[in-house]
Amino acid sequence: MPRGGEHDDAAPLSIHDLTVAWHRKPVLWDVDLDIPQGKLACIVGPNGAGKSTLLKACLDLVPAVSGEVRVFGQPYRKQHARVGYVPQRESVDWSFPVSALDVVAMGTYRRLGWCKPVGRSQREQAMEALERVGLEAFAHRQISQLSGGQQQRVFLARALVQDADLYLMDEPFASVDAATEQAIVDVLRALRDQGRTVVVVHHDLQTVTEYFDWTVLLNMRVVAAGPVGDAFTAEHLRATYGGRLTLLEQAASALGQLASGTTRSSNG
Amino acid sequence: MSLDYDTLVVLVACVAAMACALPGVFLVVRGMGLMGDAISHAVLPGIAVGFLISGTRDSVWMFAGAAIAGILVAMLTQVLHRIANVDRGAAMGTAFTVFFALGLVLMVQLADTVNIDPHTVLYGALELTPLDTVAIFGMHLPRAMGPICVVLACSIVTIAVLWKELRIACFDPALAQTLGMRPELMHQIVMVLTAATCVACFEAVGSVMTVTFIVAPAATALLLSRSLSVVVGIALVLGVITAIAGHWAALHVPELFLGEGFDTSSSGAMAFVSGVVFVMALLCAPRRGVIARRLALRRLVFDVAIEDALGLIYRLEESNVEQTANQIPQLLARDVRVGPRRVQRVLSTLTRRGLAVVEHGVWSLTHEGHAAAAGLVRAHRLWETYLAATVDVPASHLHTAAERLEHVTTEALAKKLADATGDAAIDPHGRAIPPESE
Repeated sequence: MPRGGEHDDAAPLSIHDLTVAWHRKPVLWDVDLDIPQGKLACIVGPNGAGKSTLLKACLDLVPAVSGEVRVFGQPYRKQHARVGYVPQRESVDWSFPVSALDVVAMGTYRRLGWCKPVGRSQREQAMEALERVGLEAFAHRQISQLSGGQQQRVFLARALVQDADLYLMDEPFASVDAATEQAIVDVLRALRDQGRTVVVVHHDLQTVTEYFDWTVLLNMRVVAAGPVGDAFTAEHLRATYGGRLTLLEQAASALGQLASGTTRSSNG
Repeated sequence: MSLDYDTLVVLVACVAAMACALPGVFLVVRGMGLMGDAISHAVLPGIAVGFLISGTRDSVWMFAGAAIAGILVAMLTQVLHRIANVDRGAAMGTAFTVFFALGLVLMVQLADTVNIDPHTVLYGALELTPLDTVAIFGMHLPRAMGPICVVLACSIVTIAVLWKELRIACFDPALAQTLGMRPELMHQIVMVLTAATCVACFEAVGSVMTVTFIVAPAATALLLSRSLSVVVGIALVLGVITAIAGHWAALHVPELFLGEGFDTSSSGAMAFVSGVVFVMALLCAPRRGVIARRLALRRLVFDVAIEDALGLIYRLEESNVEQTANQIPQLLARDVRVGPRRVQRVLSTLTRRGLAVVEHGVWSLTHEGHAAAAGLVRAHRLWETYLAATVDVPASHLHTAAERLEHVTTEALAKKLADATGDAAIDPHGRAIPPESE
């Protein structure tokens, strides 16, 4: 796939012409954007706009129909170590028999490598991260005994332990209390101030201008992307949240069928 | 040295139970216990094809065939679920019944040429295993134990070496993927272990028993612990207990009902015992068990009744109305949360704890009792003040709300309430709010 010259090769995350489809129904259509270094960025858009899918596609967790994602100028599979992922809280079973400390220590697994057991140094790192999110007293609780906000902070602590340069977080603010929200924002700002890039799927339009300095308005395609002051406008919001993109959806659906048809025939 | 018949039967069942428990924990913890069922049935065609190719009962071929069939059924389930968009349970059910049917057809076809019996595969022949022994270090051990021990050792080594990889793959596959921990591979390793375990255990305990040993100890252990390593340990121990108790029950329980000389199948009894153990754990598990939760609830209700009694005496003392003899028990009997049945127990607890004393049927609070009651009444009236000021609650509803809230108000919360109400001294009904105790 030829790359357009408009993309910045050093950008933490640059997405070129990304299209993702589920069962031939397009979820993301021709997404093209760069997230610059050291930004606290949010992705906003209505339900079903493909926000989570965008993160997952960047991480090769869902297959893309076409397009390409570069992380610091390289394909993601070569940059695993520099990317930290915080999945949606609902994506895991919180009755699983592990403690909060165990979950946070999972962030060290990459550096630890295969087959080596978690040792004291990993547990210490995990404990430090738990302190940063204010949960040191809950380290040995089984995770089902934590409140929703505490569970979200456990996930955040795990991301901190990963020590990544680019963080992709799927709704870290979903159903947390005000104190947790503030604690999370503080940690995200600290990360940004260290020069790291944080991309957050976000739901609450009220707090966009307060928390973030870069925004992507997404509804299947990118409606607007840029500094919050430029991109987060009433007009762009209307275009993102108002009216469904029915015509494009139909056209894309037809194209998706065509694409999967060609793949099949070229495979067969 | 030779061990007696019953010891050998129990020994075979024990190693089989432990071998099954290990992959079982990793299946059950993912909510895929049924996968054990699916695989144990689905390996049948693999075994049959193994016979067909090798023409012998050589276990290496059986293992290879079964392992491949096990992975195929796991993959077919995945394909049906992901690509054809079929519900996971339905996908599993479809995949394994197809494989099982195929296996049965092959088995019946082969029955003339190879010495194999579908009936044995289903129900096993635990009672026959001590008849075919090999000498190891001078001990005559059942031949059937050999493959089971090998599989058990493989499981132990795999789980010990890949502990954190298996655990993260079960808990958070998406994160495992981004950390490069290959959750799909881990999942397939568990499938292979399950398939190998099923084959190894078939001859001894049969596929139905194998399913029991895979699912029941793991499910029971999950009720009893909140740490995966402890869950694995408990599942192993429970497997052994089930095997021993099951065999004992098979020998002795039918005698009770049918008289001398009757006994029943050991595998059947073991399956039954594992069910009994699960139900017992469900009832008796600390904290999460039905009984523990019931008791905790009753203790809570009783504590609330105690607090109601304290509050009642405090309010009567506060109002300076002369208490008539036995007035307190009568009033408490009308309280919905104390009620006539609990009055005596509540009042005797008050005296036993040194919170109140009784003289000629008249109750009064001790110093400790007064402090405790003041704290409760303080919480109650702070809530009334707070609710009246912040929430638009009609005055007549304040009392009921505060009545419930006072029992769950900690000291810290009471402080916050006091701050929020500007350290109010009078509640909305004009009664004094007791000051904070020292």
